[in-house]
Amino acid sequence: MKPKRQLSDLIIVGAGPAGLSAATIAADYGLSVTVIDEFPEPGGRMLGQFHEERGHWWVGKQIADELIEKNRAQGVSIRCGVSVYGMLKVDDMWEVSTSHGAMLAPRVLLATGAAEIPMPTNGWTLPGVMSIGAAQVMTNVHYVKPGKRGLIIGVNVLAMAIARELSVSGVSLAGIVLPPAGPFAGKAALPKENLQLLMGLSHLAPSPFLRLGGKIAKKLGMAGIVSSLFPRGGIKLWDIPLKLRTTAVSINGTDRVESVTLADVNGQGEIITGSEREEAVDFVALAGGLYPLAELASVAGCPFIYTPELGGHLPLHSERMQTPVQGLYVAGNITGVESALVAMAQGRLAAASICSDAGVFGHEGDSKVADAVDEVHRVRASALIQFHPGIPEARRQIYRMWQETFEAGV
Amino acid sequence: MERIQDHPILGRKPQREPVSFTFNGKPMTGYPGEPIAAALLAAGIRTLRKQEESGNPRGLYCAIGHCMECRLSVQGKGIVRSCLTPIEEGMNVFEGQQLANEITGRKLP
Repeated sequence: MKPKRQLSDLIIVGAGPAGLSAATIAADYGLSVTVIDEFPEPGGRMLGQFHEERGHWWVGKQIADELIEKNRAQGVSIRCGVSVYGMLKVDDMWEVSTSHGAMLAPRVLLATGAAEIPMPTNGWTLPGVMSIGAAQVMTNVHYVKPGKRGLIIGVNVLAMAIARELSVSGVSLAGIVLPPAGPFAGKAALPKENLQLLMGLSHLAPSPFLRLGGKIAKKLGMAGIVSSLFPRGGIKLWDIPLKLRTTAVSINGTDRVESVTLADVNGQGEIITGSEREEAVDFVALAGGLYPLAELASVAGCPFIYTPELGGHLPLHSERMQTPVQGLYVAGNITGVESALVAMAQGRLAAASICSDAGVFGHEGDSKVADAVDEVHRVRASALIQFHPGIPEARRQIYRMWQETFEAGV
Repeated sequence: MERIQDHPILGRKPQREPVSFTFNGKPMTGYPGEPIAAALLAAGIRTLRKQEESGNPRGLYCAIGHCMECRLSVQGKGIVRSCLTPIEEGMNVFEGQQLANEITGRKLP
């Protein structure tokens, strides 16, 4: 058998905002870097993201293109269409199992991002029912509309942001409604919880949801506080009806989506008898929220912690983006669901940390890493999209836990 | 479904020459590099497979390779995720099929 050869100094899994940002910094400091992603083109979720920001459009695709260009110029190898399915530490080397064979490197950065939380609903296996992210990818990445007229089920930051994108892209939407009450939806099915969520987002300045929340607050006045006063017909955000007192009972059709049965609900999320009616649509986008996509960290033997504010179970990591597993680092949404800009800053921090551990900076390592940590704090504090108000405190708790576990007495 | 030619924010895609492929033997066209699922959706095809056990129709769900719902078969490649597999000229694509079940005694027609 041929002896396996080291591929590069660093393998990064995930060519999104975190992975591409880390790659360019690490390459800048002289490491040889390979970035692997199973999507056919690099950029991650930035490829389909755009939002209005202080009067101009923030376009994720442009940021991605700039990062890709920088990486190519620095000789970073970006390998798309390659899936990673395993990781094994052999001596001081990671053996990364991919669809294109084993790849070896002493250090691996997992920047795998997040996945959508499935939201089982009556009729959700019908063709034409998709996750909200799928509607975004089809429309903004592949330029194919997900259907003629759709309905969004689920009210959260991701749903609102993508609803706006779809509407701007010319996709017709019947509205945004609550998921059916039940064990899967939990509080997401309750009108009051959703109003509080939206109002809660509105005070996180300066945010695109400030406008959104502010708009709701302005339209509703005091009614916003009392969910039973929220207009039964919903209110319009941009041109999309937001219906916080309407739930989706079932998705109907024989071999594809033909309609959704809607019903009015009271403040407890219970269906008001006799209010059921059918809305004709040919696609449905389910918005259940995001969770860190972290299976590879688990395969690599990294311990996990449960942090609801950051999207659920995530690999334990230090503020320097190290995991307790030697040579394994994390950055981006795998460490908790936040915006692309935070992911980029985390990627740069992980690269500084990796270079420092590799001895590239000599005695300046700690100060370089400390600067990168500060930058993450700055970006997070001014992030325009906040997925959860409890993020900074949740992060402090994780890093405290890390210190108590791994740095005590050092 | 309708293709977006000039995206209001993202603009146009670079000029692309269409390629030919087949789906269940039927001739189709798509753009090189775009995933099979996108080309089929553009042609109005939502059913990508029949559930292996129930035979019920299934389509695209997550579009980024996480959920495996869009698996179908491509001649020479076996079963693939159609949301991640780019169309190639001359590709023969087949809907995923319901399977026989020796335990329940279900035989395929």
